[in-house]
Amino acid sequence: MSDWYRDFANSGLGTTITRQLGLPRPAVLRRYEPGQPLLTGPGLVGAAGEGRLRDVVSGVLAAAGVRVDGGTDDERLSAVVLDATGLTGPAQLAAVHELLAPAVRRLGPSARVLVLAEPPADAPTVAQAAARQALEGLVRSVAKELRNGATANLVLVPSDAEAALASPLRFFLSGRSAYVDGQVLTLAAAEVPAGDDPDRPLVGKVAVVTGAARGIGAAIARVMARDGAHVVAVDVPAAGESLAQVANAVGGTAVALDLTAPDAGPRLARQLQARHGGLDVVVHNAGITRDKLLVNMDADRWNAVMAVNLQAQLDVTQALLDADGVLRPGARVVSVSSQSGIAGNRGQTNYAASKAGIIGMVRAWAPEFAARGATINAVAPGFIVTEMTATMPLGTREVGSRINSLQQGGLPVDVAETIAWLAQPGSAGVNGQVVRVCGQSVLGA
Amino acid sequence: MPAQFRKAAIVGGNRIPFARANGAYARAGNQDMLTATLDGLVARFGLQGQTVGEVAAGAVLKHSRDFNLTRESVLGSRLSAATPSYDVQQACGTGLETAVLVANKIALGQIECGIAGGVDTASDAPIAVNEDLRRMLISLGSAKTVQQRLKALSGIRPGQLLPEVPRNVEPRTGLSMGEHAAITAREWEIGREEQDQLALRSHQNLAAAYDRGFFDDLVTPFLGLTRDDNLRPDTSLEKLATLRPVFGAGESATMTAGNSTPLTDGASAVLLASDEWAAAHDLPVLAHLVDAQTAAVDHVHGGEGLLMAPVHAVPVLLARNGLTLQDFDFYEVHEAFASTVLATLRAWENPGYCKERLGLDTPLGPIDRSRLNVHGSSLATGHPFAATGGRIVATLAKTLSEAGPGKRGLISVCAAGGQGVVAVLES
Repeated sequence: MSDWYRDFANSGLGTTITRQLGLPRPAVLRRYEPGQPLLTGPGLVGAAGEGRLRDVVSGVLAAAGVRVDGGTDDERLSAVVLDATGLTGPAQLAAVHELLAPAVRRLGPSARVLVLAEPPADAPTVAQAAARQALEGLVRSVAKELRNGATANLVLVPSDAEAALASPLRFFLSGRSAYVDGQVLTLAAAEVPAGDDPDRPLVGKVAVVTGAARGIGAAIARVMARDGAHVVAVDVPAAGESLAQVANAVGGTAVALDLTAPDAGPRLARQLQARHGGLDVVVHNAGITRDKLLVNMDADRWNAVMAVNLQAQLDVTQALLDADGVLRPGARVVSVSSQSGIAGNRGQTNYAASKAGIIGMVRAWAPEFAARGATINAVAPGFIVTEMTATMPLGTREVGSRINSLQQGGLPVDVAETIAWLAQPGSAGVNGQVVRVCGQSVLGA
Repeated sequence: MPAQFRKAAIVGGNRIPFARANGAYARAGNQDMLTATLDGLVARFGLQGQTVGEVAAGAVLKHSRDFNLTRESVLGSRLSAATPSYDVQQACGTGLETAVLVANKIALGQIECGIAGGVDTASDAPIAVNEDLRRMLISLGSAKTVQQRLKALSGIRPGQLLPEVPRNVEPRTGLSMGEHAAITAREWEIGREEQDQLALRSHQNLAAAYDRGFFDDLVTPFLGLTRDDNLRPDTSLEKLATLRPVFGAGESATMTAGNSTPLTDGASAVLLASDEWAAAHDLPVLAHLVDAQTAAVDHVHGGEGLLMAPVHAVPVLLARNGLTLQDFDFYEVHEAFASTVLATLRAWENPGYCKERLGLDTPLGPIDRSRLNVHGSSLATGHPFAATGGRIVATLAKTLSEAGPGKRGLISVCAAGGQGVVAVLES
C-alpha cells in the first residue's frame, strides 16, 4: 500500500508541480532500522535559563555518537534539544524563540525538535506555570510549521525524574518516533534499570500481543521480536491460520483464544506461567469496529465492541495482576486506544467510547502499576494505512491521511515502534500516559 | 542400549479443519496440507528452526511424485531442515501407526522428540495413465532405433486414453469398504436407528467441544475453513432417518451417508517427546502413550469382517497390560461407519465370538457408552484416511489431561486390508 501522492510529490515533475500549485508535499519519513544511528547529522543542545538537564541530554547524545556542537552554519541540523527547565517566567520565552528560530531554519529532513520542561502543575509560582504551559502552544505550533518530515515534541520532566529521561529522549530523536508529532509527554520518577541494549532493548522479555494475526497487531509482533522479545501472539481461533504465520515469522508462539471468554484471563495466565515462567509485556491490541450512527445502533453492535475493546482488557489485565508471580517485576502494559477515543467519530459511538475508556483505564491503573515498579500506558493511533483503510473510498482516504502535520497516513510499524518503546525497561518513567501516533492530526488536537 | 524403556509423552497436537472432498481444500494437495499442519504445530509450541528427532507421516492416496511427501513437507515448514522424516502407509491406521513408531523410538531413547502425522486428499487424488498406455510409453522410452520406436507407437489404441482412477475398493474382493461394512452390519444385526443415534451423538459431541473452545489449541484454520465442514450441529434423528441406504441391499440395508464417513481432505500432527525434553522446553505433558498393538484378519477367506481387526488387537493389548475393557475412562473407537463401532462393541460382548474367534474364556464385556468418543469422532469430523489417527491421539490426550492425572483411554482404529491399530494412553 504505497502512498502514490507522496511518491509523486517527491518525484522530479511532482516536486515542480506541487510547489507551483502550493499542494501538500509529504516527505518520505526516516524510520528506524536496527543499527541505524540515532541521528544522521549534528545536533544542537540549548537551554533557556538555568536548565538542569543539559548534562543528561549531552550524555545520552554522546553515548549514541551524536555530535552536539551544532555543526557548521552550512550543515543541516538533525535535532534541536532545548532544555527549558530553567524558565522563571514568560519573559524568558523570548530566549526560547531566539534559540529555536535560527535552528529550525537549518533543520534537515526528518529532523527533531524536542523541548524539555518542568510540568506546569509543579510550578512554584503562577508566572512559572504560565511560562511552562506556554511551551505547549509553542511546540504544537512549531510542529505544524515544520516540513520535510521533521517533528516537534515536548517532554515534561519533574525535578525528581531526570533519570527517566534517557529512554524518551532517544525515542523522540530516533526514527522510531517518525509519526509521533506535536505530543506532550509527562515523565514520573522511577527506578530505571541501567544498560538497555539500544538495538535489542527487549531481549529476554516475554511479550503477549493480542490481535496479532493481522495489521497493526502483526506489526507489533514483528517489532517486539526484532527488539529481542519472545512474542506470544494471541488472536481469536478463527484467525488461527494467519496467527500461526505471524508467530512463525517472528519465532514466537501462537495462542488461539477468545479474549471475551469468561476464563480467558486465567487461561492465558496459566499458559504463560507454565510455558514461559511468566511475562513482561502485555500489548492489548485486539479490537473490533461495528460502526452505526447512535440512533441506528443495536445492542449487539454496542456490546460486541465493548466486550472486545474494553471489558476484555480490564478482565485480562486484572487476571494477570491476580495470578501470583505471572506478571514479572518491571512489567509493561500497553493498550491500543484510538484517535476516535480522543476526538470522537461519527458512526463510532461504541468504538470511541471503548477507546476513551482505555484512556481512563490506564490513567486509573497507573499508580498501582507504579507501586509494582511496572507501567501501563496507551497509544492512540491516528490515520494508519492498513488493509482496512485500503477499502475506504479514495476521497475519504486521501482527506483522512492528509489532515495532519506530516501530510500522510502513518504505517502500522509507527504504532508498533511506539509500543515497543513503551515496553522497554528504560521507559520506567513513562506511566499512565497516552501517546498519540497521528502525525499531529487536526482531529482531537 | 538403554537400560530401560520410558513412556513417550504426548505434548500436543495440531490439525487443520477437515473438509469434505471437492470443497474447501479442492485445490490443496497433500504436501500443502501437511506443511500447513506442521507449521501450525511449530507456531503452537515455538519450534521454529528446531531440529526434531524425526517426523513420521503418510498418506493413503498419494501421487507418485510425492514419494518423499513427509520430508518435502518438513523442508517446506519452519522446522529445521536437519529434521529427518519418512513416509508410512498403513491405510486408515497410518496416523496412529506413526504415533506408535515415534513413541517407540522415544521409549528406546533413540530420539528425544518427534512428530507423528498423516494427511489425505480425496479431492486431489492421483490419476494414472492406462496400464496398456503406460507399458507402451515405457517401451517407447527404452527404444533405441527408429524402427523400435515406430513399433512401440504402433501399439497405441483409443481405449488407452481411459485413465486409472483410484477406487475405494478392496483389491482382493472387489467390494468397497462400505459394502464390506454392510456385510458385517448384517452379520451382527446392527439396526438403522442405533447407527443413526451414534452418528447424532458424534455431531452433538463435536459441536459442543468446538463451542466450549476445546479445539482452540488442537486445530488451526486453513484456507478460510475454521471448523470441520462435515459437522452438522443441528442434525437430528428425524433428519438422519430420511436418508436412503447407500451400502448393502434390500430390506436389510441400513448404512446411509449420515451414518457413514464421507470422503474427506485434511491433515493432522502430534508432538511426542520424552518427559525430560518436554520439561526442558517448558512444554506440557498431556498424556503418555503406554502401549499399542496391531492385528490383521483374513477378510478374503477367513470369514472375518474387513474392519474387525481392532476387535482382535484389543484383547492382546489388555492382557499384556493386565487391564480389562472396563478399566478405561475414555474410549476412542474410530467411526469409519457407525455400524463398525457398534459391531466392534457387540463382538466384545458376545461370549461365543470371544471364545471362538478371540480365544477368550469370558467376553470382554460392555463399555460405558457415555465414555465413548466424547468429543465427537469421524462421523462428524469426516475421515481423511491417514489424518484420523493424529486427530484421535491429540483429542484423547487433551481429554485425559483435562480429566486429571491417572486417567486412561483406549484408541481403536480399523484399516483397509483387514488391519487394525489400537493403543492405550494414560494421563
